[in-house]
Parts: sequence; structure tokens; C-alpha cells
Amino acid sequence: MPDVHADERPTPSAGAEPVSRRGFLSGAIRLGAGAYVLLAGGGTWSAENAAKYDWERHRWAYLVDTTRCIGCGSCVRACKAENDVPDGFFRTWVERYVVGQDASHVDSPNGGLEGFPPIQTAFAPTKSFFVPKLCNHCKETPCAQVCPVGASYRTKDGVVLVDGERCIGCGYCVQACPYGSRFLDPRTHTASKCTWCYHRITKGMKPACVEACPTATRQFGDLVHEDDPVRRAIERSRVSVLQQHLLTQPQTYYVGLDKEVR
Amino acid sequence: MPEISGFAFPNDIHVHWSLMIVMYPYITGFVAGSFIVTALYHLFGKEEFRPVARLAMVTSFCFMAVATLPLNLHLGHPERGIQVMVTPNFSSAMAGFGLLYTGYLVVLALEVWFVHRREIIESARRSRGAKRFLYAAMALGTYDTSPEALEIDHRAVRVLSAIGLPAACMLHGYVGFIFGGIKANPWWSTPLMPVIFLLSAAVSGIALLLILYQVTARLWRRHIEGVTVTAMARWLWFFLIITVTLELLEIIMLAYEKSESWHIISQLLTTRLEFSFISVQMIIGSLIPFILLAIVVMMNRYLHERVRNTLTMIASLLLLVQVFSMRWNVVIGGQLLSKSFRGLRSAYHPLLFDREGILVAIGLLVLPFVLLWIFDRVLPIDAGEPREAKPGAQADPPRAPASAA
Repeated sequence: MPDVHADERPTPSAGAEPVSRRGFLSGAIRLGAGAYVLLAGGGTWSAENAAKYDWERHRWAYLVDTTRCIGCGSCVRACKAENDVPDGFFRTWVERYVVGQDASHVDSPNGGLEGFPPIQTAFAPTKSFFVPKLCNHCKETPCAQVCPVGASYRTKDGVVLVDGERCIGCGYCVQACPYGSRFLDPRTHTASKCTWCYHRITKGMKPACVEACPTATRQFGDLVHEDDPVRRAIERSRVSVLQQHLLTQPQTYYVGLDKEVR
Repeated sequence: MPEISGFAFPNDIHVHWSLMIVMYPYITGFVAGSFIVTALYHLFGKEEFRPVARLAMVTSFCFMAVATLPLNLHLGHPERGIQVMVTPNFSSAMAGFGLLYTGYLVVLALEVWFVHRREIIESARRSRGAKRFLYAAMALGTYDTSPEALEIDHRAVRVLSAIGLPAACMLHGYVGFIFGGIKANPWWSTPLMPVIFLLSAAVSGIALLLILYQVTARLWRRHIEGVTVTAMARWLWFFLIITVTLELLEIIMLAYEKSESWHIISQLLTTRLEFSFISVQMIIGSLIPFILLAIVVMMNRYLHERVRNTLTMIASLLLLVQVFSMRWNVVIGGQLLSKSFRGLRSAYHPLLFDREGILVAIGLLVLPFVLLWIFDRVLPIDAGEPREAKPGAQADPPRAPASAA
């Protein structure tokens, strides 16, 4: 009985509207959502975080384990959504290799954006595999070398970027890239390319393609940290890079490349 | 959307360097080639070139005046184009443009001024009002036409020619370097590229002047000097032979070495560039002029003047086409093959009405001749020739009647 009495104690409090459980919860959610929006969208948060980022304390590297790729194209879609890549141009794409004894077939329908339709070849294939491609962020990069105004450059943390406000749109870097990683954006008339999602990695996140990859084909790491899985893989297992003979020193490493891949 | 045969990297299907980038080396080729003609007279003492020396120099100047236009028409952000000159990134071959272009422009402008100084002063003395003011401004405040001053002019022209020749060669060699230094593209990447560009510039320059000389001689009612035409034909033949030899050597070398890229380049040449390379550049543009010029060079004394002039005229016109197709095949051809070495895109067709289209290209080719015509109205090109022959002579040379008005 006293319990019942205790229960009714708040009810007669003078004049005030009783706060229902439903009202309280909805108010709390609204307040929480508002605070979240304020924090997430507020300029101070990201600026503070960017100020904390020290590019001398990172050395980014990318690892593609081609033996794992299933050609789903999630990475291409994620990249397009994250970076607003114009139609018909690609910051990353996936190539399909169908190889027989005397012949081979390579394709990349729309960069692998919608995955890969089944294929019939005129020859009997003996193996097939997918190879994701993206900017190699070369140490000795020809694209930054040839830029006449220095709009293309390599950051101290090892990422090759384009300053869209400086680029004159001459297209020399597009011609100089041996990997076909660059293009002139038809909307801005400036060079554009994969940035390893620089806006994300400087906030402690992974590039969108790495995040989206369901098979861990794409891995992103920091060579500065000794226990970094990418660093360990590059240091301890057999990796290769694309078009090694050009001596551009790519920082996108590959596992399981085939002789057919260029 | 262009069609792809084989496999091209998905970003490799665009021809970013358009018709304007074909026009740019074509125009700078005339700049360098014309200067080589003027240098043959001023520096190497080839008297036969005297009647074209001044015309060649002014032609070089007029083409130089429009040389940057195709670049600005091509740039995604032409308003930032000046940055190449103001804040160049010196690791880029393209950054050399500012230095080479302004350097050569200054030398050439000075040379044009020294060569025409006496005409400028005389025109200033003769005319009144605004016209007088114009010529006085061009005289830059000195009215000295004493024999000593003219002798200094003459020496200045020689020195400027001596600087101008390497400057012109560097300017055009640099254009070849832009392509030759791209290791990503096997159709461009060869140390021969600047050399081929330079030699074909000489071809286009001499060919253009052979035509211009004969046309202007008719316009100005002058006799077409047989020795001049023959000498130009001989030099043209010489440069044609070396150019085509190098152009072919480059390809034969790739084929003989069975280089990695030969598979795709042989496809490029026999499919996409079949017409523009084999038919136009090699047969119509090289083989036929080679035969025509061989006739002029080897059988000169049997030829009637008119036959000889017509033969050189036809050969020169064909060579202008040859050099254009060579620029086209390099610039456009290099973008038709994918760096995957596995695919070719379909042929590139420039639009008619476009910032980088065919009409603009025609306009760019016509413009230097309009400038040449204006130049001739201001300072008659064929006026002071004899002065060049006898440096220091103060005797009034025969003048075109128009200039006395």
C-alpha cells in the first residue's frame, strides 16, 4: 500500500503539466539529434580535427590483393558517390581478365560500376580474375613532374593531389600518367584523380573504396606504424607494382598480379 | 562516345589534346622554319636567299604573334594560362615555354626593328599627322640614318640572327620535347621527337616561303628569281629527305626491336592512321614531293622557268599538307592508343563550330597572313632589299610606289 501512495506522490504537484513518457522520449531524441547535427555539421569540429592532423607523421600506402576480388564493383560505386565522380570518368575501376593458353580478353564495362555481366569468349579460358585499379600515388610521379604550374603535387604523407584552383586544364598530366588514372573533369575543366579520399584519411577514416570492399581486397595503411597490416604485408610478403619498368615507384602495391596485367 | 577496339583504360578514351594542339606545333613550325630561311641569308651568306630573307623574317614574326592563341583556346582555364609564365614549375618541360617564347619574341622583334629602322624613319619624315606619330613612335626616338648608324644596324641584325636561330630551334625543339618526354606514351616517347619536329619545321618553313615568295612576287610585279627558287627547292629537298628518314627510322626501330608497344603501334598505323599516315604523310606528302623536287634539283637546266616554278609550288603545297599530317598523326595518334597497350579508340573528328574546332583552326591559319598583309601596308616588305645586299650604302633603294604615298 505505501508503495501505491508513493507512486501517486508526483501527480498533485502544483499546476505543472505532467510529462508523459512518450513526450519525454521524443523530446530527448529531438534534442539528441539536434546536438548531433550541431556537432557533426559544425565547422569547429572538423577544423579542429584537421589542425590536429600532422602530415609528417603519416606515410599512406595502399594494398590490392587481387586474389580476393570478386568484381562486385562496390568500390567503384562507393568512390563515385563519395567523390562525385562525373559519368564516364573513373577515379577507380575494376578490370576483368579472362585468359586462355594463346589468347586473353580484358574488359571493364563502365569501369565495373555495375559489376560484370557473364561473358563468352572465342577461346577456352584457363583462368580469370579481377584487378582493381586506382591512382598509384607514385613517389616519382610523372604527373606532378610535368604540371607546368605546380597544381599537381605530392603531399608529405605520400598522396598525389591536384589543386583545382591552380590547375590551368592543359591536360599534360593526363598524358603523362602511365596508368590512365587522371582525367579532365568536364564540369570544372581541371584535372581530377583519386585522392585516396584525403578528406577522410586525414580524419582517421579509410578511403571509401576500402570501406566498401566486402572481401578486403582493398586495404589501406600507414607505413609509419610498425604493426600496420599493410606495412607488414608489403615488408614480408611478395608484392609487385604496376609497370615497374617505368620507375615511378608506385605506392599502391599489388598481391597476385598476372603477366597479362599492365 | 568513341568506340573502342580491344581494351582501353576507361579514362583513356578521351582525346584531351585536340585540333588546337595540332595547330600549335604547326604554327611554331612556321616560326622556326621561316627563321631558318632568313638565317640562311643573314648568317650563312646564301645570296640566293636575299629576295626572301626579309619576307621570311616577317613571316616568322607574324606566325609568332598568333602562336599562343591555339594554346589559350585549348586550356581548360585560359584565364590562368599566364601562370605558366609567372609561376612556372621548372620540373615541367612546359614551364620552359615562358622563357623560350618571350626570349625568341624579344630577339625577333628587335631584329625586325633593326632591319626596318631606316624605312621607319623615312616614313616618319615623309608623313604627317597620326601617321607620322605612328612611325615616330616606332622609331623609338632615334632618327640617325648615317652610314655609321646603318652599319651598326647591320651588325645588330647579324648578332640577333645568331641568337635568333638557336632560339627559334629551341622554341620548336621544345615543342617536340613536350611529346618526346612522355614515357607513358610509346608513340611519343623517343629522343628523336624534338629532332623530327625541328626538321619538319624547316620543311614547312621553306615550303611556305617558296609559295609566299612566288605569290608575293606576282602581287608586287617582281621577277621570280630562278636561282632563289632553285636554291630553296634544293634545301627543301634536303630537309624533306632527312625528316622522312628519321620519321621512318623511328618506326622501323620499334618494329625491328619488336618492342613491347609495337603490337599496338602497328595496329594504330594500319587501322586508325592508315589514311593520315600512310596515304597522306608518307605517299602524297613525302613520296610525291620528293619526286617533284628531285626533278627540279637534278634536271634544273632542262626545265622551263614556268615548269620549275609550278613543280616547286605543287611540291611545297603537298609538303605543307605533309607537315600538318605529321603533327596530326603524332598529337592525335598518340591519344588514340590506350596506355593499356591493348586497345585503340575510334578516330577523332574535330567539330566544325567549336572553340577547338575546324573553323577556328582555319582562322588561326589565315590570321598570320592577315598580319603579314597589315605589316606590308605599314612597312613594305620588299622595299629595302638592296640595302641588305650592300650594307652601309646610303643610296636610296628602289621602292615600291605604294610606300611613297
